Amino acid sequence: MNPEQVLFFVFGLIALAGAISVISFRHPIYSALALIITFFAQAGLFVLLGAHFVAAAQVIVYAGAIMVLFLFVIMLLNLGRRDPGSAAGRGKWKGIAVILGILFAAEGIYIAVNALSDNTAVASAQPAAESVTTYDIGTLLFSKYLLPFEVTSLILLAALIGVIVLVKRERPRTISRIRISITRD
Amino acid sequence: MSRTLVIVLLISPLFGFLINGLFGKFLKGNEKLSGGIGALAVLVSFICAIVAFAGVQGGAVLEGESGVLYEWIAGEGFTFNIGFHVDALTTVMLLVITGVGFLIHVYSIGYMHGDAGYTRYFAYLNLFVFAMLVLVLGNNYLMMFVGWEGVGLCSYLLIGFWYEKQSATDAGKKAFIVNRIGDFGFLLGMFTLFAAFGSLDFAAIFGAAEANDFQQVFGGITLVIATLLLFVGAVGKSAQIPLYVWLPDAMEGPTPVSALIHAATMVTAGVYMIARSAVLYELAHTGEVVAWIGVLTAFFAATIAITQNDIKRILAYSTVSQLGYMFVGVGVGAYASGIFHLMTHAFFKGLMFLAAGSVMHAMANELDMRKMGGLKAKMPITHWTFFIGAFAMAGPFLSGFWSKDEILHSAWGSNPAIYVIGLITAFLTAFYMFRLIFVTFYGQSRVESDVAAHLHESPPVMWVPLAILAIPSAIIGLLLGWGGHDSAFHHFTDNVFKAAKEIGSGGHGEASGSMVLFMIISGIVGLVGIGAAWMRYSKRTPSAQPGTALHKLVANKYYIDEIYTAVFVQPIKNVSHYLLWRIVDTGIIDGIVNGVAGAIRIVGGTLRRLQTGVVQAYIVSMVVGIVIFLAYYLFML
Amino acid sequence: MGLEYYLMLSALLFTTGVVGVLVRRNAIIIFMCIELMLNAANLAFVAISRSLGQTEGQVFVFFVMTVAAAEVAIGLAIIVSVFKHRQTINVDEVNSLKG
Repeated sequence: MNPEQVLFFVFGLIALAGAISVISFRHPIYSALALIITFFAQAGLFVLLGAHFVAAAQVIVYAGAIMVLFLFVIMLLNLGRRDPGSAAGRGKWKGIAVILGILFAAEGIYIAVNALSDNTAVASAQPAAESVTTYDIGTLLFSKYLLPFEVTSLILLAALIGVIVLVKRERPRTISRIRISITRD
Repeated sequence: MSRTLVIVLLISPLFGFLINGLFGKFLKGNEKLSGGIGALAVLVSFICAIVAFAGVQGGAVLEGESGVLYEWIAGEGFTFNIGFHVDALTTVMLLVITGVGFLIHVYSIGYMHGDAGYTRYFAYLNLFVFAMLVLVLGNNYLMMFVGWEGVGLCSYLLIGFWYEKQSATDAGKKAFIVNRIGDFGFLLGMFTLFAAFGSLDFAAIFGAAEANDFQQVFGGITLVIATLLLFVGAVGKSAQIPLYVWLPDAMEGPTPVSALIHAATMVTAGVYMIARSAVLYELAHTGEVVAWIGVLTAFFAATIAITQNDIKRILAYSTVSQLGYMFVGVGVGAYASGIFHLMTHAFFKGLMFLAAGSVMHAMANELDMRKMGGLKAKMPITHWTFFIGAFAMAGPFLSGFWSKDEILHSAWGSNPAIYVIGLITAFLTAFYMFRLIFVTFYGQSRVESDVAAHLHESPPVMWVPLAILAIPSAIIGLLLGWGGHDSAFHHFTDNVFKAAKEIGSGGHGEASGSMVLFMIISGIVGLVGIGAAWMRYSKRTPSAQPGTALHKLVANKYYIDEIYTAVFVQPIKNVSHYLLWRIVDTGIIDGIVNGVAGAIRIVGGTLRRLQTGVVQAYIVSMVVGIVIFLAYYLFML
Repeated sequence: MGLEYYLMLSALLFTTGVVGVLVRRNAIIIFMCIELMLNAANLAFVAISRSLGQTEGQVFVFFVMTVAAAEVAIGLAIIVSVFKHRQTINVDEVNSLKG
């Protein structure tokens, strides 16, 4: 076993363990923290694959920005104390979900082992090229994928506006909403 | 020049229709203008018709084969054109339609005074004249059919003109439906002709038929089938046995309409059509059928007319009867005589209808002649014109005598049996017409007192047309019919029927024996009929209750309407009600519709439960689907 | 390390995400599971990109991250909004679309 293989198994196991923790913890905060661990482990895997830029983006965007957002919302809604039992995995679908998961995983592994091995071009396991530099990605992004790149900026803008619209407080409406919730109760 | 003339002739009533029909609202309250426009439109046509008449003297043909105005329908292997054919036969029809039509328009100005539908009436009437002109002007069967349907529509509209009256709308529907049976035959006849000749143009068809150059779609009897089918159309339109039943009921319409459409013009369309198709009928030898249907109708209708008491109905049955004579004429090959009778009949029958309308006008729309009597003193002009009309139809020397006599003379040459029935009918005709005259105008007045108070002669706008119509009714037979088969009228139309005459010369046509003898016989028969009527009715009123069983049978019109109701109407109603409505409609069709809806409701009600609203349930089904698809993709393919 | 190991790991992570979506009722955790699945896909992208010696795979990862960021922002806003109305984010309690 060379060091790369060791590192793959280490990061892989951490990522899997983190992922299972995410769906196992009762408390959303714990789930979120487990998810961060998974993200970090994945970043390590990206480094192993020579994708340094993606690894950096993974840490900054996912482990940083997105997870902060998650934690912020969890705390904003104060879900930690509230009815911890209901957050637990006691869904009606637990049994069927496990069966489906096993089938799904089996199929995925089957694809990984067999389906792709037929293809000789892909089958060469060992990395064929040197690690991809940020320069390469940047060149590609701003030449061949310039239009999609610009479109993603639009998506972000739309998301920005959407979020503002969704959570904006409207004074007169708030009152009526409260009244409705009272009558409902 | 001539083309412009024909177009003006044709379009003028259409304009009248459009003005009265579209802008009638603005003409309301101005009856003079509205009626004036209607009458003027027909007057223009009449003047054009006179010019056209002058143009076809000596057998000339205006707008013959080359008279194509424009291509109407062009398809793969067929072309239908709008085109005109104006020959002597056409101009006779044109003169009758526009001439009598104009006088009836003028008369209507007075007759329809104060009616709520005044402009509508003139719009319909103009449209009718237009459609009738299309019918006679066309140079192909398709145009004739367009006009044929057009006059049918106007007839329906005008019979049901007083649509608030149940009986009027019923009569309109009856006329329309009965006519449809005939029109169906006409259509099939047209299809047959088209299949055989590949064209509907008169010139092309007659030429090919004479040369025996056509597709024998039904073997050797192609022409027989085609002509008989066309004759079915004529039977419907011209009210012959067995489709005559609509015409008496059509008297529900305004009286001038009865005069114009149901006496003078539209009902003669069948006669015109057969005369136009003379070549085909000669080649197919189906004239015999036409003649027999005609003479039987003539006799049958005359017997019914004797027992009726409603003056318009008597006139209606007499129209049916006279139309029968015309069919005898064209059936035995005396086309000119048939058309001649058509013309004289248009005058004297139009006259009598208008006179009857005048009587109604004075009598507050009373139609039962048992409640009249002695009107001669109060309404001298109406009486005399009516008398001239009746005498023209029944008695010697006036117009109808000449034309009818020619027909009878030709019938003798063809088949003496037809002649004998025709002669008996002539006697019946004289009898019932003068029964009408004596009961209505002579004897004791039986008019109810409140009506009698304002019994009056009609205004000039009504009696002047009567007087004008009385002149041709009286003298035109003598003028044009003198000389029998050698008369002026025959010479005039000679060219039109030349081809048919040549084909038919072997079989029938010219009668043997002296024409004079026949004239004397029918003159005597007519006078005897009049005398019998005078003996029986000049003093007495017809009894209210039919006496003998035979009388009862005839008075009830041989129960033909009842028979038709029992044989055709009731079974169709029953089938519609029990089979089509109860079983097919509510059972099968509604069952299918409701069944589909019910099935969807059941399925939907079941599937509804799947929509739990719980997102995870949806995701589970989605993942199940993905797993199955992946499995299929990986292991099955 | 062989490509198939990376793909196997990717499949396992993805499956974990799927199972999480199925068993958890807390909307936020379901959301996290979705992120998990996206990340598993990213891993496969990068691994195959490496194997083929192409840069495109990493560009796609970049796009996926962008979209994921937008999606998280919107999704969390919706969750906040739902919570304000319903005082809960349990997905089996939010079933107004029941047929």
